[in-house]
Amino acid sequence: MTLMRLRYKNFLMIYFSVCISSLCLGQPSQSPNKDQQVIKEAPFLASNPALEVKVKEIAEELRCLVCQNETIAGSHAELAIDLRNQIRTQLQSGGTKESILQYMVERYGDFVLYNPPFKAKTSLLWLGPLALLLLSLFVLRNYLRQQKNTNKTAVYGSADLAQARELLRQSKPVNHPSTPSMTKDN
Amino acid sequence: MKRLIPLGIFGVLIVFLVIGLSLKPKEIPSPLIGKMAPTFSLPVLNQENQIFTPSEMLGKVWLLNVWASWCVSCRAEHPLLNELAKMKLVPILGLNYKDQDPAALKWLTELGNPYDLSIVDAKGLVGIDYGVYGVPETFVIDQTGKVAFKHIGPITPDSMQKTLLPLIAKLNQ
Repeated sequence: MTLMRLRYKNFLMIYFSVCISSLCLGQPSQSPNKDQQVIKEAPFLASNPALEVKVKEIAEELRCLVCQNETIAGSHAELAIDLRNQIRTQLQSGGTKESILQYMVERYGDFVLYNPPFKAKTSLLWLGPLALLLLSLFVLRNYLRQQKNTNKTAVYGSADLAQARELLRQSKPVNHPSTPSMTKDN
Repeated sequence: MKRLIPLGIFGVLIVFLVIGLSLKPKEIPSPLIGKMAPTFSLPVLNQENQIFTPSEMLGKVWLLNVWASWCVSCRAEHPLLNELAKMKLVPILGLNYKDQDPAALKWLTELGNPYDLSIVDAKGLVGIDYGVYGVPETFVIDQTGKVAFKHIGPITPDSMQKTLLPLIAKLNQ
């Protein structure tokens, strides 16, 4: 029974540590292309490079609905091209990043945002990892506490100890043939 | 009792799996449902100088079917639209999305024309206003001009019987 319990606890420990590590490893960056900005990019051929930088910045926060794991900045889908043009046109006519993101959400829903807002519907998305972490810490604490208690309690009764002493007393000194002799050979 | 916990965790995982398998991540819920259908004025296919605006349809339940001659799935749903048109339950309006007029007309002569009229959205800007991302899409718009339902992808016999027809009947009451 104790063995069963221990095994089960080990299972839980492994399960939760895998959960935690996968959370750490699998944390999606807000926009997948952000790392690539470090790489020097080819200069824009457009007449207004500053505008293009802004268009790209906004497009990188938007998900392409045709190829769902690509940003609008990175996708070659025709809709992505249209939406990039839309961003450009709106920026030229004085639109802000906020107004453009709002424009996209009104048409395609929160799904277009790579950085979804905190709402009742998205609460699991935002709080789920935290809840898992807390649960894991709770289980870890209980596990460690229980292990500490098992170490404290006497494993052997006084009868066992007496028997052990008796056995030690009875045993002859052991000869170790391999023990190197202290005398010098010469 | 404690031995049942792994079973419980397993059960929860199975529930998540089943929910996950039944979700359709390609079908993104439209934020337009329950809101006024976005307005526009666009030319009508094959009708010179005629302009259409959605307000003309106020008081009627109607379908707005987004289609294009380059769209392969549109070909698959087209016979169903022809059938629906024959039933004369609702006016079906086409939004000819990013298409060329000659190609669109050729398609309609070859496959039949279920549309009361087709609106020419050559640049796809009205498509953006309607949140179109996967042609074909079909919007059901009610008497007050609100979007009641959006069907993403080709209409199937199943979705026609189970979703579209009952909804049209309910709205027409």
